[in-house]
Amino acid sequence: MLKPLVIAGREIRSRLFLGTGKFPNSAVMAQALEASGAEIVTVALRRVEFENPRDDIIAHIDQKKYLLLPNTSGARDAGEAVRIARLARAASGWNWLKLEVTPEPNYLLPDPVETLKAAEILIKEGFIVLPYINADPVLAKRLQEAGCAAVMPLGSPIGSGRGIKTADQIRIIIQQATVPVVVDAGLGLPSHVCQAFELGADAVLVNTAVAAAQDPVQMAKAFKLAVESSLAGLEAGPMSEGDAASASSPLTGFLR
Amino acid sequence: MKIKLNGQETETCEAGTILALLENYGLKDKPLVVELNGSIIKRGQYDEARLNEGDVLEIVRLVGGG
Repeated sequence: MLKPLVIAGREIRSRLFLGTGKFPNSAVMAQALEASGAEIVTVALRRVEFENPRDDIIAHIDQKKYLLLPNTSGARDAGEAVRIARLARAASGWNWLKLEVTPEPNYLLPDPVETLKAAEILIKEGFIVLPYINADPVLAKRLQEAGCAAVMPLGSPIGSGRGIKTADQIRIIIQQATVPVVVDAGLGLPSHVCQAFELGADAVLVNTAVAAAQDPVQMAKAFKLAVESSLAGLEAGPMSEGDAASASSPLTGFLR
Repeated sequence: MKIKLNGQETETCEAGTILALLENYGLKDKPLVVELNGSIIKRGQYDEARLNEGDVLEIVRLVGGG
């Protein structure tokens, strides 16, 4: 039996975390969320638009059912991340946070130095910090030592759908981790999710793969099935990988 | 009186409160957070917090994101 997923002392029943960005509308987002079976849901913090006040996404997310994980997207350095975090805490009413510091808009890769700096400040202020990072095992260790509740290494750039291009590094992070490891960013297909769990990840975070699918609700279901399938496969005790062939049919009684 | 509202120079009623401003924009009961000159203002203080010339006001909320 797989150990339960526990983050900051709280048992999380679904290993699929879902992002809420880029959906065609709030209704589809809410249906996809339901279909995904996700428990942890990310949101962002932005200025209110006076001329074009859009739907409040929060109205479509039942906070008794889903755990909000605000992100600090838009932050280009630790100072901006800390400011967004404090505003997000006031907005969400609680202290869980996806720390995301991405100064460069083309690849949106997380800045390791600013992420560590912000994590240390935010942990002191009582935040439960889940940092989004490149798959850097040394950085992952530093963040865990600083008190982060999980680490979230990327598979490939946000929204790229390229899958897991950082497998070897993720494997090292998982081997050395003392907190849950959530593969976050770049996952595009259900098979990518399976790969993440087969590497030993504790959870995955997916957004664009579901939101940008032609049928986001169907895709959310597909991702839910991918999580279930990979976990079931791991619990069944997979065969070992070998170099050479190992015949599937008998080696005696040949017609020779 | 001029203030900076969500990054834009804005004219606002003389010595109004945050609550008055929110009412003006139809935002009174919306889930949002107000930051005045770098400090978060609690909802219960919206009717007391007064705006002054040159204030920097940010009105933010949670939106969809990854």
